[in-house]
Amino acid sequence: MELDKIFVALFSLGGILFTYWFFLMRNEKEVAVTSDSIDITVEGGYQPEVISIPKGKTTKLNFLRKDPSSCLEEVVLGDFKVRKTLPLNQTVTIPITPQKEGEYVFSCGMNMFHGKIKVV
Amino acid sequence: MPAVSKLSPLEIKRTFSVQGMHCASCVRLIERALSRTNGISEANVNLATNKATITYDPKSVNDEQIESSVSNIGYKALLDEEVKSEDDEKKEKQKELRKLQHKVGISLFLGLLILWGSFPGLMNTAPAILRNFWIQLLLATPVQFWAGLDFYRATIPALKHRTANMDTLVAIGTTVAYSYSAFVTALPQVVKSIGIDPLPYFDVATIIIGLILLGRYFEAKAKAGTSEAIKKLIGLQAKTARVLRLSSVISNDSERSADSNLEISLRQLADRNDKSETSDESKYLEVDIPIDQVVIGDIIRVRPGEKIPVDGEILEGESSIDESMITGESIPADKTKGDTVVGATINKSGTFTYKATKVGQETMLAQIIKLVQEAQGSKAPIQRIADLISSYFVPIVIILAFATFGIWYVFGPTPALLYALLNTVAVLIIACPCAMGLATPTAIMVGTGKGAEHGILIKDAESLETAHKIKTVIFDKTGTLTKGKPEVTDIIARSEMMKQSIKRRSPRFARDGILRLAASIEKGSEHSLAEAIVQEAEKQNIQLEPVTKFKAIAGHGVEGVVDGKQVYFGNRKLMEREKVRILKLVQDDIERLESEGKTVMILATSSRHSERSEESQLIGLVAVADTVKDTAKEGVKALQKMGIEVVMITGDNTRSAKAIADQVGIKRVLAEVLPDQKEAEVRKIQAEGKKVAMVGDGINDAPALAAADIGIAMGSGTDVAIEAADITLINKDLKSVAQAINLSKKTMRTIKLNLFWAFGYNVSLIPVAMGVLYPFWGILLNPIFASVAMATSSISVVGNSLLLKRVRI
Repeated sequence: MELDKIFVALFSLGGILFTYWFFLMRNEKEVAVTSDSIDITVEGGYQPEVISIPKGKTTKLNFLRKDPSSCLEEVVLGDFKVRKTLPLNQTVTIPITPQKEGEYVFSCGMNMFHGKIKVV
Repeated sequence: MPAVSKLSPLEIKRTFSVQGMHCASCVRLIERALSRTNGISEANVNLATNKATITYDPKSVNDEQIESSVSNIGYKALLDEEVKSEDDEKKEKQKELRKLQHKVGISLFLGLLILWGSFPGLMNTAPAILRNFWIQLLLATPVQFWAGLDFYRATIPALKHRTANMDTLVAIGTTVAYSYSAFVTALPQVVKSIGIDPLPYFDVATIIIGLILLGRYFEAKAKAGTSEAIKKLIGLQAKTARVLRLSSVISNDSERSADSNLEISLRQLADRNDKSETSDESKYLEVDIPIDQVVIGDIIRVRPGEKIPVDGEILEGESSIDESMITGESIPADKTKGDTVVGATINKSGTFTYKATKVGQETMLAQIIKLVQEAQGSKAPIQRIADLISSYFVPIVIILAFATFGIWYVFGPTPALLYALLNTVAVLIIACPCAMGLATPTAIMVGTGKGAEHGILIKDAESLETAHKIKTVIFDKTGTLTKGKPEVTDIIARSEMMKQSIKRRSPRFARDGILRLAASIEKGSEHSLAEAIVQEAEKQNIQLEPVTKFKAIAGHGVEGVVDGKQVYFGNRKLMEREKVRILKLVQDDIERLESEGKTVMILATSSRHSERSEESQLIGLVAVADTVKDTAKEGVKALQKMGIEVVMITGDNTRSAKAIADQVGIKRVLAEVLPDQKEAEVRKIQAEGKKVAMVGDGINDAPALAAADIGIAMGSGTDVAIEAADITLINKDLKSVAQAINLSKKTMRTIKLNLFWAFGYNVSLIPVAMGVLYPFWGILLNPIFASVAMATSSISVVGNSLLLKRVRI
């Protein structure tokens, strides 16, 4: 095999491995909510992405969307029956009171960006 | 703190947001500024909520003055925040759409110019200037970095957080095409030296951006249609209410309670009844106040053509009210004193005053909006698979793109680099995770919205999904299939005397005579059937006679003296006791009526006012029964037509249950079931392997509704039923049970079609873009066609969901 082909083959393989590592092997940083509210920045996803909140207590999730991408203009907390529009640069507060322990995923309206609420 | 001046009754309270507060001293500053403003008697500011509450006289101070008092000290009062934010949102959305429109127009125009100058066959007709690579670079650059800026703006922060989405794919794909083309333009000799014809692909990058933006434009427009139902519901809300306030009553209590309000209002009304209009005018005033100021107990006046602001009960006046916007029922309902009215419905003819019983979030409209919003935000179980795939989708596509590049470069024909690049771009562009993300929620949004328009409230997406699997529908009898209130169904004259009357006058005369006697004597009875008889007499405008010596005989009936005659009214036992002879003919009548599930009462009189019952004579029969609702028969038939088994459950005896079942066409009857056994009966049918829906009134049947796969409550929406049931039929129309199941079937069909399309699209076209067909038929996908396919795929999913709006349920 010619050198350039070997180089491109390695490049592709490296790209595949990098993509796998970069997107699928990242550690989700978990933030434990101690007060009764948490600010979640919506920019290229949700920061913090994983939050843990106590069971049976109302926690206010303050979403602030800074990302103009139309993908993120809605946030959906399916398990809590919430679908809300997030106007750009405005805080939208969603209070939730989880009654059951477990992990609940929230996402953008098109289901491409995800965050997780751990109820402990 | 400011001194609270004497509160005028025209003063109102108002709460609004204040921006810019950060400490407790801000609170005091704003409170002072507000309370020094003329017309504001009290101001309270809350730092935690960033809200100010003022008590003020809207005649002395306007919104601008309030706003400027706050802005003068460096803060911002958002007085009509709700209205503004809604408007702002709409305006912003429109601005965004216009911007998108410009971007689409410009990028497609520039893209087509480049295409003209570079597409083989077409380029010969183009002016030389367009064939110049540097000019093409010049034309492509604004498209790539101005029109395509949103793709980068979404990609960069996403990559920072190690996430990716649709925009990432478009950004990578077009950047690859654009960069290669720019390289070819700048250094053609390098490309030539490796055996590739130095031709740029600016057309690919620009047209892809133009087409994807075009797709996004149509998608945004279509998506707005999916949430139309909720916007319509919110738009139904009245903005103001005309409240009666007593002008002479002055309260110093700024926290005027609802009770005192009620007291004032009631006094006003009493005054109105006593005095003439002119003297009345000085006693009270009608004030238009914002809807959120209305408190429970307020007396509200509604004139013809006006919207009823909140829920309440009519105090005086009568009218015909169009409730179609809430219940879906197109025929206006006639309402009079004591009847309940629902906020957001329209007063058609008369003027009336009513007492507010539910305001704010408690009103039926607010509950409906909340329920529909919740349903639209909920997730259908069918979506789970799409959820799982979409969270890995974009990285997988990027992996496939790397693989495509490598495979084409290593194994592909010459010029390998070119094939590798174009196919990689095609893979990145054709992948459409949006279609998968939109497949389920858009259909759920349209489906639940359509239900709400027809008075069918669906609790969540899961209920909507389950409803299409229903094989058996169990109806509770009393109050669900029937009106739940006994009514007089038959009056039969059976005596010589009455027969004489028939000859002389009319049969009507005979029946009225029986009803008059029966109702007169039952007037004093507390039995539930008595009410039905008295009501029937009132309906027929029959004058009742005074009764003396009234006596209720437990388990038998009643007796008394009417018009000088001893009257007995009750069951067979009473007749036996009084030794009244029941002829065979009458016996047949009684049996026939009883077999129809009716309760028969016998009327007998004795000619002389004496205790000697031997002379008593049977003169007629009155049958009373709980009658079936007008929509029951059709509702049951519609379900049976869909192949659904219909069952009736009741605590009544088998004979009367069967009679009702026969009337509505139900074959399977579960009679003599005690209320606490209903749940077990539901489970028994479930054990037969059927998905069961239970239809009840929502309150008495709560355990059975909960046990069923789908609990359907026939509710007014204001009670707890709305929370307890999976589906609430606020239109109280039994045909809606079939409609709800039908809606579920149609929605599920749409979802399945959407998912099939979205998955099928990606599963079949990504391999085509990778070039799997090339070894067999030499088929490759031009990246431009890939972008056309991608843009169409999400629009088609949203469009398919919107088609649900048009289906008949």
